[in-house]
Amino acid sequence: MRYAETGFNLEIDLSRGSIERVQTDPRLTELHLGGQGTAGKILWDRVPPEVEPFSPDNLLIFSAGLLHSTPVPGANRTTVDTFSPQTNLYAHSLFGGFFGPELKHAGYDKIVIRGKSPSLVYLWINNDKVEIRDAGHLQGKGALETGALIQKELKEPKAQVAAIGLAGENRVYMSTIEHSNSSASRQVGVIMGDKRLKAIAVRGTKDIHIARPAELFEICNRMYKEIYENPYCGDYLAHEDDEEWHVNNFAWGNARERVKGYWTKEREEKWKAITESVRLRWTGCYNCPKDCHQAISYPGRQTYFQKCYSKLTYSMAAYKELDFNYDILGVTQEYGLDGFSTPQVLAFAIELYEAGILTDQDLPGFPTDSGERFFYLVEKIVRREGIGDALGNGVYWAARQIGKGAEAFDHNSMKKFEQLPLKLGRINYPYFLMYATGEKMSITQIEGSFPQSPIADKEEREKFVKNWDAAPEKFKKWFLEWEPHQHPSIEASVNIADWNETMHYIDDAIGTCAFLSSFRGQFGGRPPYHIYNLPNFISLATGMDLDTEALWEIGRRNRNLIRALNVRRGLRRSDEKPPADHWKKRDPEMETKLLDAYYEFKGWNNEGIPTKETLDKLGLDYVSEDFVQRGILTENEGNPSKKASAEKEKN
Amino acid sequence: MGEKKKKIVKTIKVDLDKCIGCRACEVACSAFHANPKYSSINPARSRIRMVIDELNDVYVPVRAGDYTKAECMGRDKCTIDGKEYDEWCFCRASCPSRELFKEPDSGLPLKCDMCEDDPPQKEPLCVQVCRHDALTYEESEEEVGEEEVKLGEMEIGLESLVDKYGMQKVMDTVARMSKNG
Repeated sequence: MRYAETGFNLEIDLSRGSIERVQTDPRLTELHLGGQGTAGKILWDRVPPEVEPFSPDNLLIFSAGLLHSTPVPGANRTTVDTFSPQTNLYAHSLFGGFFGPELKHAGYDKIVIRGKSPSLVYLWINNDKVEIRDAGHLQGKGALETGALIQKELKEPKAQVAAIGLAGENRVYMSTIEHSNSSASRQVGVIMGDKRLKAIAVRGTKDIHIARPAELFEICNRMYKEIYENPYCGDYLAHEDDEEWHVNNFAWGNARERVKGYWTKEREEKWKAITESVRLRWTGCYNCPKDCHQAISYPGRQTYFQKCYSKLTYSMAAYKELDFNYDILGVTQEYGLDGFSTPQVLAFAIELYEAGILTDQDLPGFPTDSGERFFYLVEKIVRREGIGDALGNGVYWAARQIGKGAEAFDHNSMKKFEQLPLKLGRINYPYFLMYATGEKMSITQIEGSFPQSPIADKEEREKFVKNWDAAPEKFKKWFLEWEPHQHPSIEASVNIADWNETMHYIDDAIGTCAFLSSFRGQFGGRPPYHIYNLPNFISLATGMDLDTEALWEIGRRNRNLIRALNVRRGLRRSDEKPPADHWKKRDPEMETKLLDAYYEFKGWNNEGIPTKETLDKLGLDYVSEDFVQRGILTENEGNPSKKASAEKEKN
Repeated sequence: MGEKKKKIVKTIKVDLDKCIGCRACEVACSAFHANPKYSSINPARSRIRMVIDELNDVYVPVRAGDYTKAECMGRDKCTIDGKEYDEWCFCRASCPSRELFKEPDSGLPLKCDMCEDDPPQKEPLCVQVCRHDALTYEESEEEVGEEEVKLGEMEIGLESLVDKYGMQKVMDTVARMSKNG
């Protein structure tokens, strides 16, 4: 018997209309755990670099995490993995809610989707019975509306549905996959739309078995309490009406400027009243006592769920008050548009209009009010109508399609992908590394274990370190030494970037929420899950022998495998840089040193390619063999000559 | 008339406004009632189920009550605070009208036993994991008449089998099974 996992994947080919239940190799669980890790292996094996993201041969993989459907609280994030048409690189997103656990109870750890359906369809997975069903009647329907309609037509109110809206149907790059109170962004909705897959509905009533049940339940029962009572985990910022941190630190408009003095006590009272008037309740995800999502009912809009900092992204991009954000979210969520990248695309279009690059010919009847302009542009984009067709490809590609100098207005993308609207002063070493080398595209999916800033008061600092169970010893030392306005050393910066990203790779394999773990050490230093207690949870659930070192090793393996996917598609050192104006004050010499040191620490060569030795040590021999065969690495050393990389740098 | 006796009345109070819809109650219940205890998770076997209608803001935990062989006559709908609830949001019966509160494989009815199992819990498990206090537990003393005969889990199951197949067939099957060892 396999514990914690089902041991089966569901293989769907939408071109052929075939459905298969395939047993998986338990050895892969030992090597990669599950979720993103095992999805990465499938992408490596089955999607060669020649495959275009919009090819039927691209795969779209929905993975439950290894700990979904065990009693481990907060294990509910489903990962979606594929290749992105925006970056032509690996695309990865996650969504919370209830989908992954339901999938496992239906008897599958993953849904692997290949091909393209000739017409719009949805997938209905009801334990062993799996059908591809016509979705013609759902065309153009809102994402959550689709879920409700499917539940009704199947007479299965307990079916969990993940669906795309009109944006996904029309292959808008900023489209999302929506499920319950959660959304997956970052380039996965567009592939679902490309495959003509409107939705997946799942219902499962099978058991998931636990290796050491009584012991696991005991520590889980304690964990409910700890998570509930721990003020440093969950999305505690979402519960605050004081938005000073967000409005002061993030940039307004097209990620342009920070607005000082905007936040006042008066405004806080006003915004609080707005929020309270539209919030129905706080909701949580499967088996987690934190309530991070607001159910919102805005007059004239269908009920939707607001999460994270999407509460402000539209308002700040349009220079509007909070009620505007709640209003437009009621529209964009149902269209299935991402609340992080979309506002930037809209603000970018307004800048182009004001600069005369886009004209009244491109935007007939364009309103004067920024809020009305946002609504206008959303309608164009989700239908890919007129200028909406270019804008639907995101800022990077739209700028190049529009031309006439529009490229200069694309200033906040990295690897062709919109980044958070942050414009800061002086370069930050660990953040430089995380931005430059991150495979997960958004900084929120990379940062999170080491604090963002030092504590000035020495006593407070010591107190912080004393209670810092999550941190390996060396980080405690570095934090104790860290004075305000100082940079951490190169060595510390490299290690900080490494620890931060490793925790995400672990979360995304086992399915635990980053708000309880990888994202939540940076403020307060008390994430409920960390590198020291997770091995026990995983061992008791699965029966695997696992300690801290072994878990870190798996994180490293998954990180290198995902890196390899991108390297094979052409990612090199020259691509590894943050948005040009992310920091006002840069330090090119130091940046080179940092990147060199990070690559060396990772066991990568000067081009950011994992060496043969590194890959082989992680059991990724098949990757190094492929690299040698393709000439990405040379047979004997695995390092391209210094001269070659220096030349590439110049370019 | 028998003598009046004291009885502990166990109550789980439900505050619908506090529910965040996390379904931890389902997870814990299914774990507690697995055999061996905690060895498997399956909300479909839980004796408490969340009735959720997200777009209408309906989040109602319902605990499995008695098994009944009859469907109800007609349906009810009620509106509370402008929200429309189906009757099965509140009905606790395991009945032929719906799938709720039946073992997914055998179809045998499920009933909440307040986790009175061995060892007895200080509170039912669903209450223990509901950190938001949507579910809270209370015990009070009440005077009652003669002690009621409580049906055990096996009796409830047998009763439903008898309803389905008739007493004779169930007895024959049990006899045959015991003969086969």
